[in-house]
Amino acid sequence: MKQFRAFLLAIAMIAGSQPAHAVQPDEVMSDPARESRARELSRELRCMVCQNQSIDDSDAPLARDLRLLVRERIASGDSDAQVIDFLVARYGEFVLLKPRFNSRTLLLWLLPPLALAGGGLALWANMRRRSGSGAREDDSLLKLTADEEARVEALMSDNRPPEKPV
Amino acid sequence: MIAESGHYALVLALALALIQSTVPILGARWRDPALMNVARATALAQLLFVAASFAALAALYITSDFSVVNVYENSHSTKPLLYKITGVWGNHEGSMLLWVSILALFGGLVAAFGNNLPLSLRAYVLAVQGWIASAFYLFILITSNPFLRIASPPIEGRDLNPVLQDIGLAVHPPMLYLGYVGFSISFAFAVAALLEGRIDAAWARWVRPWTLVAWIFLTLGIAMGSYWAYYELGWGGWWFWDPVENASLMPWLAGTALLHSAVVMEKRNALKVWTILLSILTFSLSLLGTFLVRSGVLTSVHAFATDPTRGVFILLILCIFIGGSLSLYAWRASALKQGGLFAPISREGALVLNNLFLTAACATVFIGTLYPLALEVLTGDKISVGAPFFNLTFGPLFLPLMIAVPFGPLLAWKRGDLLGAAQRLTAAGIAALLAVAMLWAWTRGGNAFAPLAIGLAVFVIAGALTDLTERTGLFRVPFATATRRARGLPRATWGSAFAHAGVGVALIGIVCETTWNSEYIGSMRPDDVAKIAGYELKLGDVTQRKGPNFSEMLARFAVSHDGERLGDMTPSKRNFSARSSSTTEAALLTRGASQLYVSLGETTADGAIAVRIYHKPLVLLIWWGPILMALGGVLSLSDRRLRVGAPKPAKSLRGLQAAE
Repeated sequence: MKQFRAFLLAIAMIAGSQPAHAVQPDEVMSDPARESRARELSRELRCMVCQNQSIDDSDAPLARDLRLLVRERIASGDSDAQVIDFLVARYGEFVLLKPRFNSRTLLLWLLPPLALAGGGLALWANMRRRSGSGAREDDSLLKLTADEEARVEALMSDNRPPEKPV
Repeated sequence: MIAESGHYALVLALALALIQSTVPILGARWRDPALMNVARATALAQLLFVAASFAALAALYITSDFSVVNVYENSHSTKPLLYKITGVWGNHEGSMLLWVSILALFGGLVAAFGNNLPLSLRAYVLAVQGWIASAFYLFILITSNPFLRIASPPIEGRDLNPVLQDIGLAVHPPMLYLGYVGFSISFAFAVAALLEGRIDAAWARWVRPWTLVAWIFLTLGIAMGSYWAYYELGWGGWWFWDPVENASLMPWLAGTALLHSAVVMEKRNALKVWTILLSILTFSLSLLGTFLVRSGVLTSVHAFATDPTRGVFILLILCIFIGGSLSLYAWRASALKQGGLFAPISREGALVLNNLFLTAACATVFIGTLYPLALEVLTGDKISVGAPFFNLTFGPLFLPLMIAVPFGPLLAWKRGDLLGAAQRLTAAGIAALLAVAMLWAWTRGGNAFAPLAIGLAVFVIAGALTDLTERTGLFRVPFATATRRARGLPRATWGSAFAHAGVGVALIGIVCETTWNSEYIGSMRPDDVAKIAGYELKLGDVTQRKGPNFSEMLARFAVSHDGERLGDMTPSKRNFSARSSSTTEAALLTRGASQLYVSLGETTADGAIAVRIYHKPLVLLIWWGPILMALGGVLSLSDRRLRVGAPKPAKSLRGLQAAE
């Protein structure tokens, strides 16, 4: 199914220029600590002309411009949060691959834990209802039915030789 | 002629599907065996005609008949034969034809091997298959006909997208579709059970092998797609949380839950209603995946709005089938009797927990994939939901599940002993703690999370082994007895142990690759040496070469490790003239489960070449894990229990002799 992503990638390549490569050697910052910060940030930023690619992965010219922009901001002494704010102010929330928590994304962030909690609650309620309606059955869980007892009887009386090393 | 015959065969298949979707149901209502048996004949005939239609399209591709639009747009006369064939499903129309062919294949298999099914159940199941088939034949014939002609045929085709000209593409989509579409069988069984208002443990026994088959193919299909992206797209990523990937992950998660709940239903006659719901949901998610990928809605909501024919048609199919089956469920499910009580701490309880986490994980992927679309449609706001979101939400759901995995098989049915299970897992726990301690000591001050995750993976693998040693009594009874018992163990037990161990193996690979991956990015000239993770790569000569439909630039790297020569790596960049586009062909050097990965970038004016080199420790485990899981599935499929009622070998032997 990856082919469709690849389709778009290829389209972006054709529409753009000749394929560049994600993170070019000439982009790399001289300070390894700053460079690794830039890489971390790049992974959270979307290349806006691509389909769901971070600017760290993307070959598109726009992604290169954004990578350079991120490095420029870092070089001028911005903190990570400042870089993000700068990019959001310029390109909107769309640039963030991890949406910020706000009224518009409330459900996005809350639904996964709610799904788990809701499912767990439903299970618990179901268990309670069952054991409540059948307190006797709860005890009878361990009891064998007449059928099973007969089978156990048959198995026990079966003269099986004790296991011996051969 | 070939194109018209293919088109006509498809129309005939539609006619057969329409008969298959109505007559058998009437037969089941009127208890008329002759009418019910129509299902079998039509399903087999339908398979025949779809196969003919598919063969026709393949023939058009092989002969490069550019008078057919689909062939003209996606093929080229100089393309190697293999890619001419795989190009059949490398495009929208062809892949939909593959979709219905596989649907007909599954229908045909049920018809051919369903002799031990009650007649009415088989009639209902095949009729439901017929509904799905009819809907998709109509979709193809009305909106996506692959057999359309061009009035004035061009001399040359436009070639297949070069990224798709790869052996990975030959196998990946058919595998994935075998999985996607395979779940239509469990869906059909579920709807049939609701229509009949009857469901029992035997039902679960029939559904389980079909679900298992679909699950095995989907597992392999996803793994293969991931490996293909890893070596073909050129930056060494293997999972992107892309909506298209999520579309295949959701049915997998739901299908995995279904496999587990079907076990409870078969063994203990419990969780019936839930199993039915999961069967419906799993196939609904497959349909949703088809919609997401096929409608163009992912590219942009606006693209969908400007050319809505296809999208609206699939959306309609989606609404009718999902809405219809869920309504039927709401209406009839209460009629199904609940059975099989169990205590919270029991094998059943563990499997319910598994279902809870898997469905919650599935819901997370669902929300993350569809939320941006919904938000844009409703408010016009555009947001992105990418890898960082999923890592943050999916991980915390999956890790607790991993802790629970080893406990499940060690608990007894009905009421289990958690403390007892924990005691038997002591050795596995110690192994896990040792792994964590050793990794901590070794990586000192590094990532604190990675050793813990690997410890968890070791726990899962050791837990799977513990299950096997407990059952065979290895180390407690003499070795000969243990091997005898091992041979006597049900294959399904071996299967679940393999599959669970596979999850652990994949987790080790994922953690190692993401944490200790090293990377070199630089411009290199001939005779330059790059050093990475103890390896030295010396760039030799850079040469040009001509392939069948491309020209490529090859760079030769001599690789050595601590002075010991290991061999050459030759990454390349290919230029495809027909589409004037290019691909990077990464070179891989495998050492154990680890790989060196080299891909080429641009050449600068002064003759230097941009090179990216990665060392990916234990990266192959990411795909060995799913292979182990699929192997577990195959073992489980070969369990005697699932073959009950299958034709006896002696009979077929006689048949063979008679034929001679």
